[in-house]
Amino acid sequence: MDWLSRNLPYLMAGISVGGQYALIAIGYTMVYGILRLINFAHGDIFMCAGLIMVYAATVFPVYISIPLVIVVTVLIGFAVERVAYKPLRTAPRMSVMISAIGVSYLLQNLALYITGGLAQQYPALPWISDVITVLGVTTKRVTVITPPLVILLVIVLVFLIHKTKVGMAMRAASKDFETSQLMGIKINSVISLTFIIGSFLAAVGSFLYFSNYTGVTPTAGAMPGLKAFVAAVFGGIGSIPGAVIGAFIIGISENIIKGLGWTTFSDAFTFALLIVVLIFKPTGLFGEAATDKV
Amino acid sequence: MSKKKEIIINVALIGGLLLILFILERFLPATSMLFTVLKKGAIYALVAVSMNLLNGFTGLFSLGQAGFMLVGAYTYGVLTIPVAERANVYMYFDGGLIQFALHPIIAIILAGALAGVFAYLIGLPVLRLKSDYLAIATLGFAEIIRAIFQWDKLGPITNGSNLLRSYPSYKSVLFYFVASGICIALIVMMINSTYGRAFKAIRDDEVAAEAMGINLAHHKRIAFVVSSFFAGVSGALLAMYQTSVQAAMFKSAMTYEILLIVVIGGIGSITGSCISAFLFIILSEWLLRFLDTDTYIGSFHVPLLRSGFRKVVFAVIIMIIVLFFRQGIMGTKEFSISGIYHKITGKKKKEVKGGGADE
Repeated sequence: MDWLSRNLPYLMAGISVGGQYALIAIGYTMVYGILRLINFAHGDIFMCAGLIMVYAATVFPVYISIPLVIVVTVLIGFAVERVAYKPLRTAPRMSVMISAIGVSYLLQNLALYITGGLAQQYPALPWISDVITVLGVTTKRVTVITPPLVILLVIVLVFLIHKTKVGMAMRAASKDFETSQLMGIKINSVISLTFIIGSFLAAVGSFLYFSNYTGVTPTAGAMPGLKAFVAAVFGGIGSIPGAVIGAFIIGISENIIKGLGWTTFSDAFTFALLIVVLIFKPTGLFGEAATDKV
Repeated sequence: MSKKKEIIINVALIGGLLLILFILERFLPATSMLFTVLKKGAIYALVAVSMNLLNGFTGLFSLGQAGFMLVGAYTYGVLTIPVAERANVYMYFDGGLIQFALHPIIAIILAGALAGVFAYLIGLPVLRLKSDYLAIATLGFAEIIRAIFQWDKLGPITNGSNLLRSYPSYKSVLFYFVASGICIALIVMMINSTYGRAFKAIRDDEVAAEAMGINLAHHKRIAFVVSSFFAGVSGALLAMYQTSVQAAMFKSAMTYEILLIVVIGGIGSITGSCISAFLFIILSEWLLRFLDTDTYIGSFHVPLLRSGFRKVVFAVIIMIIVLFFRQGIMGTKEFSISGIYHKITGKKKKEVKGGGADE
């Protein structure tokens, strides 16, 4: 019991951060499922959402700026796909990945230019940022509302994918890109929708994530992005519940490592986990085994 | 044009280039921007070529270059700080553990060797992975290396997250050109050897290469270790050029920059990587500097120009190249005297299919 009360703050922070990673990880896993592309720019889109909130909050009240951030982030995600990935649809996979790295470089530098390189103070959101006490631990309300919100969003998403026509088109496209085209699925709109959903969740994730931190820097998205990607691989790339579970596991273990006083290695742990997973179970927890045809 | 004549011309050109640099150093002040840019360009040319060996010639999409540069830079710094300076540099760690200093040249070679050893160990698990998984795993390992070097328990050796400084460095731009020139020549020789042909076969089709009797694991490992060796050497040169080094600068953004240099030059072209490394450094560090400063033409304040704009312009240029000029500057061709000669005289030379170093 003594151990629990000492480690509860880390555990709670871990669950909360895990939920935020989960929202980013879904974007990675959906895009990878269809395009077989690691969307390196996804973490930076997440960062952009944070920055837009910083600027929007100085002009508009919260009830306008939150929807505004979501709309603008979705537009950025959509535009990135149309401009940087769509022209390369028939190109080798390496070219698309390089293009993604280029977009990431562009977004980071653009953010650097706009902010002047200084960390921007993230606005305190009413209710979400309030300080509360749970089981004797003082924390922000965001820590508590993240997990149920994430689970709710995932249930909605899973319902969308398994019960609607659009969802069926998505599943078909991720099974076989070319055949689904032959079956009359408008592949471009399916891909756009994937990016829109991913960016929407990244925007929601940014509200929760940055409420816990004081500032947004141009590189703030890189690390959460990479970790969310690892979470997606860990859970089995292409699988949404897998990505969520992977993200929670990574968030919790990372914070436990911090609690043990090994802060230097909390990032390294994530990558070590990635490598272990890739070697022993490359399909992840819930991934389907793919066979390479010669 | 005969092979012998070509070699003579190439040697004469390299000699001429070094002579020009030598003369320039006599006449221009040592702080001239030209030398700064040329030194950094030479270092980046080496690391870009080493990355090209992996990504362009062997088809292994690796993003670990910054990690291996870090190993090289630290090895060089740690081994060459004069004993008298150690108490000062390692002020938080009682002067550090290592109490000797090696000759810079030996330290550079050791820097490469240690990076190679790291690469061998990392390669054991990682090289089994394919394409984008390999990319993300190497990226991850680069981050792990960075975390380890910043770990304060290793402070007596690596100085924790503090700066390494006061180590000797060569000031002449000639040194950087000769050092990275030798290394690039070694890589070119490797690419032209049977190993290089095996690498290209693996790049083009792994299954077919294996069927032809190429040992995949063995050749991939060699490419990975050699590439990391030279990345380590370039890290040591970078440490030397900067006169101080800190693990925090070798982030994944650095690998991305190197990758973009390779892409601009053309994936699979050694001379392309060299040209684009110099172009990249000269443009970003020197010629486009004006984009970063507030400018007035008469009383007209030029809009947009302020700190950071240079990098935005740069990123846009890179995106344009990636999207519309996917071949980069050289594609898979090589810049060579005979190539130009044949272009001018209009004679067709024998085509070497599959791209590669044919100079």
